[in-house]
Amino acid sequence: MSLRSRGARMGVIAAAVTALVLAAGCGGTTRGSEGGGGEPDVTTGTANPDAPLKEGLSVAFLPKQINNPYFTVADGGGKDAVTEFKGEYKEVGPSEASASSQVSYINTLTQQQTDVIATSANDPNAICGALTTARQTGAKVVTFDSDTKPECRDVFISQATAEGIADVQVEMIAEQIGGKGKIAVLSATPNATNQNEWIELMKKELEKPEYSDIDLVTVAYGNDDDQKSFQETQGLLRSYPDLKGIISPTTVGLAAAARYLSGSQYQGKVALTGLGTPNQMRQFVKDGTVEKFALWKPADLGYLAAYAGAALASGQITGEQGQTFTAGKLGEYTVGENGVIVLGPPTEFDKSNIDEFDF
Amino acid sequence: MAHDSLYAQPEAPAERAATHAWWRAALTRWDTLIVVVLAAVVLAASLSIDGFGSTGNAKFLLLDVVPIALIALPLTLIIITGEIDLSVASTLGLCSAVMGQLWLTGLPLELIVVLIVLLGGLLGAVNGVFVTRFGLPALAVTIGTLAAYRGLAYVVLGDRAVADFPYDWTAASLSTVAGGPLPWAMVMVLLLACAFGIVLHATPFGRTLYAMGNNAEAASFAGVSVATAKFWLFVASGAVSGVAGVYWTLRFASARADNAFALELAVVAAVLLGGVSIFGGRGALLGVLAGVLLLGTVRNALQLADVSSEALDVVTGSLLVASVVVPNVVGMARSWLRRRRRPAPA
Repeated sequence: MSLRSRGARMGVIAAAVTALVLAAGCGGTTRGSEGGGGEPDVTTGTANPDAPLKEGLSVAFLPKQINNPYFTVADGGGKDAVTEFKGEYKEVGPSEASASSQVSYINTLTQQQTDVIATSANDPNAICGALTTARQTGAKVVTFDSDTKPECRDVFISQATAEGIADVQVEMIAEQIGGKGKIAVLSATPNATNQNEWIELMKKELEKPEYSDIDLVTVAYGNDDDQKSFQETQGLLRSYPDLKGIISPTTVGLAAAARYLSGSQYQGKVALTGLGTPNQMRQFVKDGTVEKFALWKPADLGYLAAYAGAALASGQITGEQGQTFTAGKLGEYTVGENGVIVLGPPTEFDKSNIDEFDF
Repeated sequence: MAHDSLYAQPEAPAERAATHAWWRAALTRWDTLIVVVLAAVVLAASLSIDGFGSTGNAKFLLLDVVPIALIALPLTLIIITGEIDLSVASTLGLCSAVMGQLWLTGLPLELIVVLIVLLGGLLGAVNGVFVTRFGLPALAVTIGTLAAYRGLAYVVLGDRAVADFPYDWTAASLSTVAGGPLPWAMVMVLLLACAFGIVLHATPFGRTLYAMGNNAEAASFAGVSVATAKFWLFVASGAVSGVAGVYWTLRFASARADNAFALELAVVAAVLLGGVSIFGGRGALLGVLAGVLLLGTVRNALQLADVSSEALDVVTGSLLVASVVVPNVVGMARSWLRRRRRPAPA
């Protein structure tokens, strides 16, 4: 049989591939068998809480994507802060929120020797290498809204604690239904990490004696899709005619549920609250569909991120637990466990204050 | 053919080669032009943009273009035969997702890398079978697999990310020759480029690829097995996309289903900018490498100059349109001039 025949040739290729696979498979690197060698540590030095804030710091905001209204407002807050401490502000970022697209922007900022990089990560790991390089060349890295792995940044600005978010929503619905009756939750997707954590904490909060007359009957999922959330709201009210209130801990769900209620017989009779943005909810607050809802202020998030970056670059803090610094008009903040700084309790929006906000 | 001299031509008509000095022919070739433009852009950026000329920036720039350069190699050959493969970025994404899933099951990484390259080849073979055995247009087939492979990637990994690859491996994807500006990954690209360049420009097989692009029917009459050649090109395209998938996963330390989303556009843009005719039959690998580097350099330089990303997209898009329009316009102008100089046929 000569090597010219088709079968023989295929046989040789198959044999070669098998040999290669076997050779590669023997004694290789497997998950869990990795010996040593993690990400290199970045030395952070010691903190001097009395150091003055440096002037002329270059601060760059790198959001998940540019032209996203939420991040435009957050970065705007950062800009205000940078102006206050007389630094140089700029915003750069990709036009699509993909995991790896932020890397080349971080590399560029490293080349430009930016003092502070404030970023919201599209992926907790994909930008780690680039951030580590940036820190090795002297940049301070602050993450906000969405964190990376803790070892890749100096501090993380968290919008609120999960407990804070859960509790404020339970408190609002209890107040609006008079502390008594059936309620339901309209969530995002069944496996949304944030929402599931909040819902668990809401259930825990509802076990308290002051909420004993409130009965959480079901959790519906609108998949963060406007139409699906709208239909799920309709379904909830059909299945539970005596429903007193709905909590929607997602901006898409809250707006869709409000739209359904405002055009139905339930307007003003079924209470609705949750997490939403003032611009999306303004008309429903004004027409009486929604009394009150909550969210953190994205502008404050950016503002705090900028001040935290300046405090790091000026040596006031190094990101260790317990260190404190002053963030302009927001006052004093303390670095928590794993370098997390919590912005504070969510802000509640109602008729009296909603016109003060534009985001 | 109106725009002959602007594209690389492996076999220039003898009478024209005689009338033009060789250097004049070389200077008017599109790929030479791109190399010159690339050199000019690099020079201008080094002089005018802070931080562009540094070793670190050169390294970042080269790391960024590695996946595009890799995939552009087999794609050049495919486009020269008159076909197209738009599924490359989705192949990369699916390979990355499977790589993550296999890593979770505890297979050794060395074995996974081999399996992923084979998987890439298999995905390419699917394209190849549809195009060559069933005679379907490559554009339709690979738009189909573009969607299908990306969908499969989400089936495999969902919206999760697998990120606990060993640091030695992820660091290796970023390491450079002697700590200089040249990443080892780029060395791999250059070696592969040599291999593809030799196949394309120095073998009878390579010449038949041009023949297929110019006239597939004539090529098959001349005894060239068009179907077999194209089939293996699609396999090569898939396998190299698999290699790019491994590189992408390690470089970003993250196996995700959305890795390299929409990268196919950047790759096709680079190949066309490099002087390969979208209609097949013309192009050279050197021009493509220059095209890849030119796009990467322009992006990098404008980013350093704080140009916004929307403006960046506009610039890259315009470059692509120019690369298709300019040779055609120049070619038309030339033939018009030629016709005017010659007496009109009676």
